[in-house]
Formats: sequence, C-alpha cells, structure tokens
Amino acid sequence: MTGPLGLYVPGRSPLHRCPPGPKLLGLAVALVLALRYPLLAAGPVVALYALARIPVRLALAQVRPLWGVLLVTGVFQTITIGWERAAEITSSLMLSVALASLVTLTTRVSAMLDTIAGVARPLRRIGIEPDRVALLLALTIRCVPLLTDILGSVREAQLARGAGRNPLALVVPVIIRTLRTADALGEALTARGVDDE
Amino acid sequence: MIEIERVSHRFIDRTVLRDVTVTLAEHRIGVIGANGSGKSTFARLINGLVRPSEGRVSVDGLDTRRDAGKIRRKVGFVFTDPDNQIVMPTVAEDVAFSLRRAKLPREEVRRRVTAALERFGLSDHADHPAHLLSGGQKQMLALAAVLATEPTTVVCDEPTTLLDLRNTRMVGTLLHQLPQRVVLVTHQLDLLDGYDRVLVFDDGRLVVDDRPGPAVAAYRRLMT
Repeated sequence: MTGPLGLYVPGRSPLHRCPPGPKLLGLAVALVLALRYPLLAAGPVVALYALARIPVRLALAQVRPLWGVLLVTGVFQTITIGWERAAEITSSLMLSVALASLVTLTTRVSAMLDTIAGVARPLRRIGIEPDRVALLLALTIRCVPLLTDILGSVREAQLARGAGRNPLALVVPVIIRTLRTADALGEALTARGVDDE
Repeated sequence: MIEIERVSHRFIDRTVLRDVTVTLAEHRIGVIGANGSGKSTFARLINGLVRPSEGRVSVDGLDTRRDAGKIRRKVGFVFTDPDNQIVMPTVAEDVAFSLRRAKLPREEVRRRVTAALERFGLSDHADHPAHLLSGGQKQMLALAAVLATEPTTVVCDEPTTLLDLRNTRMVGTLLHQLPQRVVLVTHQLDLLDGYDRVLVFDDGRLVVDDRPGPAVAAYRRLMT
C-alpha cells in the first residue's frame, strides 16, 4: 500500500459511497468534536474505520509517523501541564490525523479534485481558474514521492562518493534536480493538454 | 502528414537544429543520432512543445505556432522518464487526466480508462499509487495515458532508455502494433527493424534520410 498522501483503498462501504463534499463537512464537524472530547471520540473513530472496512494494519499506518512527535510532546506536556491534559492533547492530535486519513482512504483523488474545483468556482470572478486550484493540489500530492525519490538518490550518490553528511553536497544537487524535474513536469503537463484551454 | 520546412532552432546562444526540411507521411518513422544531435528537439517540434526559431512545422495542415492546442490533441508525446509524465497520484486517475482536461463525458472517460488499463495489463493496479509501479509499468502507464486520448500520431522520445530488455521489447512490440503513426527517437537501433523510414541527425543537421538498413549503417559510420 501507500503512505498517508494520495492513498485510496477501493471499497463499497457507506463512507466510500458518500460524496467528498459531505464527507469533508463531516470531517470538519468530527475534528471539532475530537478536539473537544478526545477521549470520548476514540470509540466512534475506530467504528468509522471498521465501517469503511480499512484493515487494522493500514489504519495503524496512518498514525504511525506521528508516534515519535506525540511521544516527545506527550512527555513535555505531562511535565508542564499534567498527564490528564497531555493525554487529551495527544489523543486529539492522533484522532484528527486518523479522521483526515479516513477521508483520503475512502475518497478517490479525482473525486476530491472535482469537489475542490466546484468549491473554488467563485474564484473565477477574480481570475483564478478552479481547475488550476484542483490541479495544484494534485501536483502537490504527486510531488511528495517525486521529491522523496530525488532526496534518496542524491543522498545515496553522496554516500557512494564519500561526501559523508555534508549538507551543501546534499542541498545543491537536490535543488538542481528538483528544478529540472519541475521543468520536465511542466513540459509533460503542456504535452497532456494543460495549457490548451 | 508532418511537414517541417527550413526549421532552425536555438536555445539562447546554442543552435540545436539547422535548416531542417523534411515531409513525413509514413506510418513508422525512426529518429537516431548522437546525444545532443538535435533529435529530441526535432521530436518536440512535432507536437508544438518547441516552436522553431525559424521555419515552419505543420501537422495534418495545422501550424504548430497557431494551433498548438489542436495539434497536441492529435499528437501524443511519450517522454524518456515516465516519472516526469505521471501527474496524478493513482494509475487510473493518471490515465483519466488528459481525458478529463478534454472535457469528455464521464462515461466516456471511464470506458477509455478501463480499455487502456486492460490493454496495458494495468487493470489490477487501477487504484494503486502510480509512484509505486515498476519502471516498466510506469512507462506502460505513460503510453496508456497517451493512447487513451486516441491521438493520430504518437511521438516517443527515447521511451526505452530507462527500461530493461524485457520491457524494452514489450514497448517496441507495442509501438510496432499501434495503428497510429509513430515517430520514435531512440538509441536502441534494433527497435527500428521494420520501420518505414529512419532519419539520422548530426550536430543539428538531418544528414541521412533512408530505409532503416542503410540509415543505421550510415549512423554507425558516423559514430566511428
């Protein structure tokens, strides 16, 4: 499977069938409730994952990247504001990420982009194309693995050439390759009809 | 028909194409030459990605300066690195990308995406993240996305450079079987077997224009 961005798990659950608009509104309401009543919200969030038939391993993978941060902030908050409040803040952060991930797990990116383009339609009055806003979001999601690949291969090359962990030797080629990739992506977008309207 | 008349092209102060004139009416056209010989720029002229500094390029009567948008709907372009061509996060969504931009009805988009994924053996990966595909699968996805738009011409700029032998053969066979006109820029000379015509570029000039056998032989002589 994939990381938290851009992942969609095909399915036919009520959450999969729900259009992105109501789902995003529901997410906003759920986030407010999760922040306000974090300890009570845990049960319903687990139930929603079960309703969407998301495998446990995949559900846990959504919050796994947070564990390090939560541990550090949790310890700090326990020392400064007490364990009850620390537990509340830690839970609400974890639940918020879990809820947002549930939306991406059950919504195709294309459906989300259609919704965003629809919501952004009034921006046309001030000269902003709604489709461009949606495309921008799609490209942002697409660029995460692209940039990760660039960073990984430059780091590998740096180690292979014995450059150690010199930040300059990492940053300069990463920037150059990123700019080249941006150029190539721009050219591909043109070839695929983006500038033709 | 692709008509290139007295085309020269410069990038800032470097001339990459010099006074190229050629008319291409064949079904399978190969383009070969050393690195930096101008063949990729030549390929980009054909769908208006590069507009010539001098001269004129037209495809089926449409001028690339005036009608670049219309030409790009007729001429699909496959790049060397599929990672740069894949725009959407998942496989099916990437195939659908150009179709949605062309404002095709949703049902038609779905039909074409399903057909393209089936044809390229990607049906089981429809909802998978595109970046997790293998190199060969990514190039198949890039081809599927281009062919789903039903172009009349497919221009490929070294589409097999990053592929292993099996995937290279697969892409070569696939290009060979396409009903569309194909312009293939490549360093893999055996892919050009059975092509109708091969152009050899050297230092921005079209130096040989012949059947694959004599053209490849001339290219080998040039490289010694």
